[in-house]
Amino acid sequence: MININEVIETNEMIEKENLDVRTVTLGISLLDCISDNMDILCSKVYDKIVSTAANLVDVCTQIEREYAIPIVNRRVSITPAAIVGASACRTVEDYVRLAKTLDRAAEKVGVNFIGGFSALPAKGMTRSEILLIDSIPQALAATQRVCASVNLGSTKTGINMDAVRQMGKIIKETARLTKDQDSIGCAKLVVLCNAPDDNPFMAGAFHGVTEAECVINVGVSGPGVINHAIQSAAGKDFGFLCDTIKNTAFKVTRLGQLVARQASTRLGIPYGIVDLSLAPTPSVGDSIAEILESMGLEKVGAPGTTAALALLNDQVKKGGIMASSYVGGLSGAFIPVSEDHEMANSVVCGALSIEKLEAMTCVCSVGLDMIAVPGSTSEATLSGIIADEMAIGMINQKTTAVRIIPVEGKKAGQTVDFGGLLGSGPIMGVSTFSCEDFVNRGGRIPAPVHSFKN
Amino acid sequence: MTAEKSIITVVGKDQVGIIARVTSFLYENNVNIEDISQTIVQGYFNMMMVVDTSKATKEFLTLSEELESLGKKIGVLIKLQREDIFKSMQRI
Repeated sequence: MININEVIETNEMIEKENLDVRTVTLGISLLDCISDNMDILCSKVYDKIVSTAANLVDVCTQIEREYAIPIVNRRVSITPAAIVGASACRTVEDYVRLAKTLDRAAEKVGVNFIGGFSALPAKGMTRSEILLIDSIPQALAATQRVCASVNLGSTKTGINMDAVRQMGKIIKETARLTKDQDSIGCAKLVVLCNAPDDNPFMAGAFHGVTEAECVINVGVSGPGVINHAIQSAAGKDFGFLCDTIKNTAFKVTRLGQLVARQASTRLGIPYGIVDLSLAPTPSVGDSIAEILESMGLEKVGAPGTTAALALLNDQVKKGGIMASSYVGGLSGAFIPVSEDHEMANSVVCGALSIEKLEAMTCVCSVGLDMIAVPGSTSEATLSGIIADEMAIGMINQKTTAVRIIPVEGKKAGQTVDFGGLLGSGPIMGVSTFSCEDFVNRGGRIPAPVHSFKN
Repeated sequence: MTAEKSIITVVGKDQVGIIARVTSFLYENNVNIEDISQTIVQGYFNMMMVVDTSKATKEFLTLSEELESLGKKIGVLIKLQREDIFKSMQRI
């Protein structure tokens, strides 16, 4: 039987260490909504989302109350819209209309974000993908809840540099169209390499074509819990540190699996995966940077940061994989800047640069995340930053991503505030040396050799 | 109906009658107590009860809300949670 100390420990994790389930994401296939008529497409898409996700919010609230565990977000992901809209959408405006339909459906079912306004041109772009990508700035400016993502490369296909170049332009344009809100549109837009089909986290969530009709994916979190456990391991050796992280990650993941199974049973929708990611929020005590500092770094960005993060990421996976039969999504530590107050502090005090963050992305999920850069950053520079990150993912057979915000009208050192979970932070300086001729070559970077690994 | 085990926790400053008031509430609502334990952590009174709510006269969430407001009346924090959360986190 469960004893009182175990009960106290669990409840302290929830009450004092910010333990929560970060997201319950319902993936919905929209393949059966495809039509060559815009009116029919939009009405089918709206109806399918609203009917499938009708009880999502209520069921999550019920679970939250029965277990006294906070579920921070309820979200929906859909089949990449560039596939769903390929037949009906003939203009950029058609895709904007589809995005508005998704926004209305998300509002109706009560979710804060809907992911899957996406295209997957890892090797080449279809006519539909070109249109969708071109519609992203307007679509994100005209909607509240829609998240867009574009998969620009993979280990198997190489990197689509034409799409990388185009995304530099699209990110700038999105920043310009949402400049009244510190270019917030870019916070809802992510580009990826090796994008997973079952990611429950925004902005990169979509319901891949390998997935079932609909599925429940759960993203766990708990940086505060891990940090608390690490603090109790102060001065101990690496073996002890690793065990501490693994044990805690096991418990956190078990909680995610319980919530996933409960949501699945109550909604009558299959359970897909638990995503083992450590996702920070802007609250104090819910930070990845705090964990790295508890390991013994004065500030994140100090030498040793990449090693500390590699250790953390691997132990979280080792503990989590034992706790859940089905693990998927991004599964790793997230290192966003604006969404993690201590990460932002480290930038302000000069300890952390964009280049160090890039090195850190080699050993964890997911990539350069929620990084605000000067509005004067050129399209080509944005594309160069993206290309670097895509290359890290492609060569290392892992998911990498870039969610970067060139804040219109602001300079390095100024502050941006996106509000809520998106947080606030400093604008980071970017190298001003040009990569224009490289980015503008056009074509693809071929897939890497899969042997001779060094 | 199969047993529906749940855990009630009471945390707060120790005072006369906490257990009496919680147990009489459970009696009134036909909730069976299977085990009680208590301890003091950092000067705070911590009590845990394993209860079976399968024959309760009220819905789980109603019981949970009423226990919470009973706690507010007494000046302690009372929670009702399904047992699986502890089992899944604390057992392999």
